[in-house]
Amino acid sequence: MPDAAGLELIAQELNDAHSGSVRGTYHEHGQACLIVEPDRVLDVLGWLRDTPGQEYRFLASLHGVDYLPATPRFGVVYELLNMPRVERLRVRAAVADPGGGELPEVPSVVSMFPTADFQEREVYDFFGIVFRDHPDLRRILMPEDYVGWPQRRDFPMGGEPVIFTRDEAETPGWYE
Amino acid sequence: MKREKLRALAPLEQPRSPEELRIRQLRARDLLRGDLSDAELQQYVEEAVMTTTFDKVLNWGRANAMFPLTFGLACCGIEMMSIVSPRYDISRFGAEAMRASPRQADFIMLSGRVSIKMAPVVRRLYDQMLEPKWAIAMGACSSSGGMFANYAVVQGADKFMPVDIHVPGCPPRPEALVYGFNKLQKQILGNPDPGWRTRYNAAGTEEWAHAETEPTPEQREAYSAAREAVAAARERS
Repeated sequence: MPDAAGLELIAQELNDAHSGSVRGTYHEHGQACLIVEPDRVLDVLGWLRDTPGQEYRFLASLHGVDYLPATPRFGVVYELLNMPRVERLRVRAAVADPGGGELPEVPSVVSMFPTADFQEREVYDFFGIVFRDHPDLRRILMPEDYVGWPQRRDFPMGGEPVIFTRDEAETPGWYE
Repeated sequence: MKREKLRALAPLEQPRSPEELRIRQLRARDLLRGDLSDAELQQYVEEAVMTTTFDKVLNWGRANAMFPLTFGLACCGIEMMSIVSPRYDISRFGAEAMRASPRQADFIMLSGRVSIKMAPVVRRLYDQMLEPKWAIAMGACSSSGGMFANYAVVQGADKFMPVDIHVPGCPPRPEALVYGFNKLQKQILGNPDPGWRTRYNAAGTEEWAHAETEPTPEQREAYSAAREAVAAARERS
């Protein structure tokens, strides 16, 4: 696990190699995280994978987050793992919501980590984040004709309100 | 043993002891040999023959030889599997033969939550079952959506198909499911028309091949409407 100083070092080296790619860092709960520009994700992950001394070769997980009402609204999180050193590094692409019904876009990392294929489809399915150059970007869990992005925070909860007999006082005769 | 003695020994009620049973067996043997005649034969027939209606016999047969569809949706499926085990043993009620094809099944147990992606599949399975058919919604989820009041789960299976019996529980114990099945048997025995076609506005889904009655105007209307909808869907696709 890179400590806070090690994380800053990584961020520094990354910015030297690909200037402007790292937007910030944080180190919480023993977990190091790089916040990066969404368009530079391929550069960052490629650098972390191939640079001697880093070698985070395993993408353990890829997931989406909706931070509404914060801006930028979305996050696509890549959990990297260096297996020989058992070190984990989190990379978060801070994705802005283009608004107006447009879907946010992030480059796909399938070419670099084939495991990202289904996980990017899942993020697309639930958050409506489009992964550019993904080989087969369609819904994976929800029905193909489903409308909407159900894990977004402004998506309605769904289901039905349950009416209990204790509500009888407020809505008499509801059961008829 | 002499027949005169037999009649005195065995009155008309059910046999009360092994001896009485034996006496009746001997009398049945006499009948088969052709030794009984006139009054004796008359009495034997009165004792041995039961009259009923064909509908009752038919429903009795249906209720006591129910084939469930091999079909599980979620965690309730585990409880459903155990009802065929020796501990709960639904073969006592004639429903142990889980059929792998909906064509051979008499009823379907919806064991678990039905997601909106699964609902068309469940509906297709139900449609593929032959009449007469029944459905048991097992557990809170398939009855009402249960704890899954969200975007992915259908809030109760009777949104898209007729359900005869709802078994509460999360999941219901196998005993509860067996009890629900017994309720279904009672329903089949006592009330041949479950009435769900009226309740769920499903008139027109009957098979008329063997029916002597004509469909009512509403049923005809529903039938033609369904045909038109299918034709329109074909047109679109």
